[in-house]
Amino acid sequence: MKQIVASLLAVCLLAVSAPGVALAQGGPLRIEITEGVIEPLPYAVPDFVAESAGGQQLAQQIARVVADDLTGTGLFREVPREAHISQITSFGSPVQFADWKAINAQALITGAVSSEGGRVVVKFRVWDVFAGTELGQGMQFAGTADGWRRMAHKVADQVYSRITGESGYFDSRVVFVSESGPKDNRSKRLAVMDYDGANVQYLTGGNALVLAPRFSENGQRVLYTSYETGMPRVHVLEVGTVQSRILQGQDGVMSFAPRFAPNGQTVVYSLTQGSNTDIWAMDIASGGVRQLTSAPSIETAPSYSPDGSQIVFESDRSGTQQLYVMPAGGGEARRISFGQGRYSTPVWSPRGDMIAFTKQNAGRFHIGVMRTDGSEERLLTASFLDEGPTWAPNGRVIMFARETQGAQGASSLYTVDISGRNLKRVRTPEGASDPSWGPLQ
Amino acid sequence: MRFTAKFTMLMAALAVSACTNANRFDNDAVDLNAVTGSAGGIVPGSASDPRSPAYFQQTVGDRVLFAVDQSTLSPEARATLDGQVQWLLTNSDYNAVIEGHADEQGTRAYNLALGARRANAVMEYLIAQGIPANRLRFVSYGKERPVEICSDESCYSKNRRAVTIISAGLTG
Repeated sequence: MKQIVASLLAVCLLAVSAPGVALAQGGPLRIEITEGVIEPLPYAVPDFVAESAGGQQLAQQIARVVADDLTGTGLFREVPREAHISQITSFGSPVQFADWKAINAQALITGAVSSEGGRVVVKFRVWDVFAGTELGQGMQFAGTADGWRRMAHKVADQVYSRITGESGYFDSRVVFVSESGPKDNRSKRLAVMDYDGANVQYLTGGNALVLAPRFSENGQRVLYTSYETGMPRVHVLEVGTVQSRILQGQDGVMSFAPRFAPNGQTVVYSLTQGSNTDIWAMDIASGGVRQLTSAPSIETAPSYSPDGSQIVFESDRSGTQQLYVMPAGGGEARRISFGQGRYSTPVWSPRGDMIAFTKQNAGRFHIGVMRTDGSEERLLTASFLDEGPTWAPNGRVIMFARETQGAQGASSLYTVDISGRNLKRVRTPEGASDPSWGPLQ
Repeated sequence: MRFTAKFTMLMAALAVSACTNANRFDNDAVDLNAVTGSAGGIVPGSASDPRSPAYFQQTVGDRVLFAVDQSTLSPEARATLDGQVQWLLTNSDYNAVIEGHADEQGTRAYNLALGARRANAVMEYLIAQGIPANRLRFVSYGKERPVEICSDESCYSKNRRAVTIISAGLTG
């Protein structure tokens, strides 16, 4: 454990000083995630060994999900199974490193699956092929058969973590808005899914318009905006029981754009009174509220820094939407966005070092990142309509919604890494928008 | 229930004005088939009754449009709203909800706030012209409820709107 912490620190130092890649030379197997890995690290993951009767299919599926996770990052490249020379037939047998070296697999992941009475145990090891050593120690995860994908994600998170020195993000969930129907009669439901789009579950029925769900830090609660009462109002939903209640219910007043503080006890949101929209905070337990901004302009989309001490938000007080940072208790705000165009939907990264945002400029929408003082702005995407970034738990990947143009326009979720590489669509059963990425489970 | 009464009167007026069938009824007669056949909705033709919500919607004009990212009322918008004021003063047992909307060129939360600015601009104008505030309220749908679905200015200009929805017979 100490070793991992030590190497993580080393990575952070390197990340500041050494943009570019990537594969550490000569030393232990390692990817440095910095400005973007140009050459993915080749690895092999043969089918896991089935250690109990009838476990072959599960053993194959788990290995495939591990491969999808790793390859999906853009940091790793799988050496196809057809190229393998060695077969792994027993989890305990010695690895023939020469066979894996010959196909240039720098990392090898071996595993075994046993199941008994609905309980599944997954074991795995990670090997540094060129050094001929094991990377970290063998581990095992146990769970129910229907939780097999989570176990596969946990294996992949371990592999990712051991090779990059950073925590993974595969065993995580995303809450989002599932959309169906044409643009002028769209139905919206809250839904939650695995980070890769699997296991979609619906949380609301679709009768009332719902917008912008946000996970709490521990993933147990979701804040969202619902028109159930006819007015947009902030609701809170318990994920375990799927019970929800109105959090902000002042009569005749719109409340929206909620987000949890890192402590899970305070909620920030926008409240509209007359033509004026300001940011307020509420203590969930007591219901006590506090007004944090009091400008005659639109203040919305608040997001806490991970230490809870500051809030980034958008305001059009200057005449156009720009990003500002203020103390979590309110008070003087300083503007951090100064580039061309309009900036909105800021979200503080879980590492605390960056802010992701939506930018509109010259008729296009972008997802971008900047340092928390507004420097080093970098646009990651461009399209007709990109909106609403959310951070992977490790702060290395961003998910957002992209809506296509025209009468048939529809919204889908995409991921992109913070260097702007590896843009990928997340498959969902229907249209999807407003993603919020939950914690690593 | 008051809506039903109003509705019956409305149908009576329609029956009278419908020349082909008028002979079949006394002047006060009501076409019961028409009434029972579509109770609860706005029937076709009711827009000819100046006291009907349909007349308000189609003849007075229930909506005003806005420039990109703006919530100021144009002279055309004020003219439409003056008509709304007259109608609401005359038909004092109706209330209204003003719905504010934005086009799709903007982020979701901002557009909600922008739609609220637009709806509130209309509401404040109506109040300034003498409509009691307790007959009015507003809600914003942001970019969630477009009436036109193409992705160019011809549609956007119609989606940047505030629509005054008449609510029949409600109080408070």
